[in-house]
Amino acid sequence: MSGERVAVVGAGMTRFVRRAQETGKELAWEAAHLALASCEMTLDDVDAVVIGTAPDAFDGVHMKHEYLSDGCGAWRRPVIRGYVGGGTGVFAAIQGWYHIASGLFDTVLVVCEEKMSSCQPHPQGAFLTIFDHTTERPLGPNLLWIFALEMNAYMTRYGLDKRDIALVSVKNKRNAAAHPAALLGDPNITVEDVLNSEVLAWPVQRLDVSPVTDGAVALVMCAGHVARRVTDKPVWVEGVGWSLDTAYWTNRDLSYPTYVEEAARMAYRMAGITEPRKQIHIVEPYDPFDYKELHHLEGLLLFDKGEAPRATADGVTQRDGDLPVCPSGGLLGVGNPIAAAGLMKVAEIFWQLRGEAGARQVPGKPRRGLAQAWGDLMQVGTVIILGV
Amino acid sequence: MEGFVYPTTYLRHQDFEQGRVLYETWYPNAHYAWDAGVAIGGYLQGLKAGRLLARHCPECDRILIPPRMFCESCFSHTDRWVELEDTGTVITFSICYVTWDMLRLKEPLIPAVIGIDGASRGMGIMHLLGEVEPQTVHVGMRVRAVWRPPAERVGAITDIAYFRPL
Repeated sequence: MSGERVAVVGAGMTRFVRRAQETGKELAWEAAHLALASCEMTLDDVDAVVIGTAPDAFDGVHMKHEYLSDGCGAWRRPVIRGYVGGGTGVFAAIQGWYHIASGLFDTVLVVCEEKMSSCQPHPQGAFLTIFDHTTERPLGPNLLWIFALEMNAYMTRYGLDKRDIALVSVKNKRNAAAHPAALLGDPNITVEDVLNSEVLAWPVQRLDVSPVTDGAVALVMCAGHVARRVTDKPVWVEGVGWSLDTAYWTNRDLSYPTYVEEAARMAYRMAGITEPRKQIHIVEPYDPFDYKELHHLEGLLLFDKGEAPRATADGVTQRDGDLPVCPSGGLLGVGNPIAAAGLMKVAEIFWQLRGEAGARQVPGKPRRGLAQAWGDLMQVGTVIILGV
Repeated sequence: MEGFVYPTTYLRHQDFEQGRVLYETWYPNAHYAWDAGVAIGGYLQGLKAGRLLARHCPECDRILIPPRMFCESCFSHTDRWVELEDTGTVITFSICYVTWDMLRLKEPLIPAVIGIDGASRGMGIMHLLGEVEPQTVHVGMRVRAVWRPPAERVGAITDIAYFRPL
């Protein structure tokens, strides 16, 4: 990787809740304040700010990053907002990386916030605009359709049944029981609970889906020379990648996320990773739906196509398995405040690699982890690889 | 990391019922009129005439539906309209029991991606299935468009009421 070496040195987050009393900017401040405190830095140390937040329509606020900006410590600083839908949280960390790798800045505060609860009667209303206004919206689609169609394509291609996929939801909600910020942790949930939950848009049932959530997460990222001064446990950014596929989603193979593979290959190349199955020790793939974890593990080349469900059934992806997947509890368990959820995954890798994940700590001192997010019209992949 | 999780305040339903929290509401007043454009404009004219139209890319030789004036792979101008059959194959489907705001539907909707006969492989459009028992729908099912009567067509995707099994 060329340019300045970049490390993550601090992280903080809010509790993830269904509806927060705090405004978006208050949530942003809570996370940003704790991220700075975690590495004993102050706003004076920050050269630039990256803000990640998903559609303005959630909040009904035009250019909501400007509304959030004071809570992000962004006033009178160089600021950028990146927005790639659900991929935003990981992309914000990538932007933090290239701000520093370029040599422009030494210290960057990355803040991702989402307050979905303001959108009434349901934030799905804000998502309806993802469908083409002329060829799709007159058919009355809702957001679940696109995931249900993709999930069915995946299940059909590999002959999977709901039970194979429900195991992911069970694993992640159980993992989240040990996360102090989690909204939906449940140590006792079973596959039967998932299979018996309300059918929304078959094959998607209530417990296959992550919840509407409010929350914020922040990271402090530094150039190497600063990182060594502020911490003896820097976590280095080893690779980044991102890719966008066609918006003609009905023209795409819905059973495989090619855009995730492209993002992963870019990140692996940068990190010098030639055998990801051996060289990646923990993974936080994006899991807004349970099948998406499986889909993404295959796109990340960590399992052969159609093989991630078997690995899940065999316990490989458990916190104490050969390849712990979503040890945080993921979006299914911790919650899904869109942009903040993606950055939560990067924060989880940071805490895990530093051995600071508490009750969630995966055994065996992992040295390299990967976080991935996904979004837009189901066709953007964002990947970051961290190592110690 | 427990020390770096903020104890954010979780509002519950009773907080609102009992008037313990204050809030403000607003209703956006935004209306839109979208121009269909060149490619989709032609597509809609075709639908009004009961024809399913695609575009051809001269470089990759694909037949593209929904039609587009440029090929996103070759980045070149598509060169002609191609009329397709109004039949196809279900690539994937869902059986949806809820509205976007999570109310239960009395009758489920069956959205599907339908690969249109004569288009390049994998080229599907989203539409609804009808005149079919939900439990009998399967990937690979052959279907045909059910058109609204000519007098009721307006040049919209809904000029096809739905697709039904062949």
